[in-house]
Amino acid sequence: MDREILLADEAIALGAVHAGLSSGYSYPGTPASEIMEYLIKLAERDKGFRAAWCVNEKVAYEEALGTSFAGKRALVSFKHVGLNVAADPFINSALTGANGGLVVVSADDPGMHSSQDEQDSRYYAQFALIPCLEPSDHQEAYDMAREAFDLSEKIGLPVMIRIVTRLAHSRGPVQPRPARGPNELRHGAWTDWTLLPGNARRRFNLLTDLQPGLVRNAERSPWNRLELNPQDRSLGVIAAGIAFNYLQENLAGASIRPSWLKLCVYPLPEAQIRKLVEHVETILVLEDGYPLIERSIKGIFGIPGKEVVGKLSGRLPATGELTPENVRKALGLAPLPARTPADLKLSGRPPQLCQGCPHADTLNALKKALESYPKPNVFSDIGCYTLGALPPYSAIQTCVCMGASVSMAKGGAEAGIHPAVAVIGDSTFGHSGMTGLLDAALADSPMTVFILDNAIVAMTGGQPSYATGAGLLKIVEGLGVPKDHIRVITPLPKNLETNVRIMKEELDHPGLSVIIAVRDCIQETRKKK
Amino acid sequence: MKQDIILAGVGGQGILSIAFVIDSAALMEGLQIKQAEVHGMSQRGGAVQSHLRLSRDPIWSDLIPKGKADLVLSVEPLESLRYLDYLAPGGMLITSATPFVNIPDYPELDKILAEVRRGGNAVVVDSDKLAKEAGSSKAQNMVMLGAASNRLMLKTENLEEVIRKLFEPRGEAMVAMNLKAFALGREAGRAAA
Repeated sequence: MDREILLADEAIALGAVHAGLSSGYSYPGTPASEIMEYLIKLAERDKGFRAAWCVNEKVAYEEALGTSFAGKRALVSFKHVGLNVAADPFINSALTGANGGLVVVSADDPGMHSSQDEQDSRYYAQFALIPCLEPSDHQEAYDMAREAFDLSEKIGLPVMIRIVTRLAHSRGPVQPRPARGPNELRHGAWTDWTLLPGNARRRFNLLTDLQPGLVRNAERSPWNRLELNPQDRSLGVIAAGIAFNYLQENLAGASIRPSWLKLCVYPLPEAQIRKLVEHVETILVLEDGYPLIERSIKGIFGIPGKEVVGKLSGRLPATGELTPENVRKALGLAPLPARTPADLKLSGRPPQLCQGCPHADTLNALKKALESYPKPNVFSDIGCYTLGALPPYSAIQTCVCMGASVSMAKGGAEAGIHPAVAVIGDSTFGHSGMTGLLDAALADSPMTVFILDNAIVAMTGGQPSYATGAGLLKIVEGLGVPKDHIRVITPLPKNLETNVRIMKEELDHPGLSVIIAVRDCIQETRKKK
Repeated sequence: MKQDIILAGVGGQGILSIAFVIDSAALMEGLQIKQAEVHGMSQRGGAVQSHLRLSRDPIWSDLIPKGKADLVLSVEPLESLRYLDYLAPGGMLITSATPFVNIPDYPELDKILAEVRRGGNAVVVDSDKLAKEAGSSKAQNMVMLGAASNRLMLKTENLEEVIRKLFEPRGEAMVAMNLKAFALGREAGRAAA
């Protein structure tokens, strides 16, 4: 098999397929989308497995769990905040256990390149009491995806693979190995999978009993590698995942030779950490995300006679991602000589809505419609239209999580905000806007929900949307929104006046109304040409 | 032997196609490669960059450390200036002279180009003119790749072969246009040095 250049996202997908995958499920989200994009591409070539976008991450996780129940191997992938949506089945799947191999990939976004927070998925793995693998490069991403399925079936638990943006969206070489076939159909035992208290207590005891074995597994893993320098006992570095690359990059040609522990398999390999700590005076912890390792080894009381430094101690910035530069500084090395930055003020170039984007027309009309009200509020959601927060639109005032626009508008309206407006895209509405709208319809809350139907998941690169067109209209009607107050508009510059008039009519309506703005994403329109 | 390259431009200008051509040619030559890129929200009409590392030896970091880049290759002049502190002393700056103005406070082009040339070791290419000469202003990315090709540790024929493969699905005329853009850029890059 030939060496290939792949994104680490793609390397994970390929590893899963070669491990004998039966099904892959996902919802789009940066930086995880390319896992499913690639799985779908591979599935088109090889009909032996299924790969599909789902309505949301919880649904994706549960579909994967059903596959595992059936004895087959499933991969479920999403961005870190997607795991919040899937948290309920995720945590409980540690109790049901995995029948067929179940691997969950959570892609973290330290530095928030394309996210609303930089939460650290390793805590979720720790919380659920399952192993977590954190690759440092592309080959490991491929190999760990294969290993994760073996481990999952060996210990009977789901296994997490945690990656970060910088690896997910980096390309590098991967040497694939021969593939194996999928599992046969084999139902799980009802006593394991029916989490009535009696079963759940027994399963939870079993899960806690497994923990020492998981630590031993991490200690034996070749991916947790300890190198002690007998000549130098001053500094030891624990480097997790891609932090190991930044460490080695900076040690090449440097005067210092610290001992190090490359840490890629969790729960924490206690024996190796103990050996490193005993060997050195100062322990520097390099980890992307929150200071999980640093806090674990330092505890409340610290280690007598030793110094533990990292994000928590202030040696590294507490927020944002690791870089070769901040790791260099943490190691006490002088910055590399570099060319001086430009002497000119470089205007920023933030992302913006594309020329001809239908959202721009909707936002412009909405802004105009709201002009005559003293204190309106637009609760927004997650999608390209969130860029409406920035000039020239400055048209939205909140963005929290998937689906929050509708429910927050209801809460805001009930607290007295008028007009209370929600702005949500078709895919986000399908993901988790529907439940909020059902609530609002039952109460006939005085609010106006804008569903921007561009027929696609645009921001993540054009994945299919499942709540669009005629189907979307039926959903909105079915949820109980009064038919007279479901209005459909076409967001185009020439329709500005008409659209503003329709919007004002519904903003003045003292109950719930929904305005669906229908026009295809301009990127997709261009692709079709 | 290694080459660390920062690719810069604005979302939609085809930075990732440049990266794809260089990556694939490097793979043909058996080199080690790492290439970090930007996706998602950060790419819509905003500043984009990619860190591209080629080496005969294993590569550690996906990101190029500040002070280690041998080359900044930019399809847009303002964007070329954002990453100067990644350049090693004596590193080279190759940029298009064609501004992409989608922000209200875009600086004066003369000031940008003066800044580009201030540190020496800069090549400025009129990519819009050459791309139009090749057939379409959209081929500016291949013009700039051509301009940089004189300095890449890769064989020109391999770069050309990948360009052919990349545009083949869109017809022979597209292949010919992009190869011409590459050749014109290569010529301009050589003349400017």
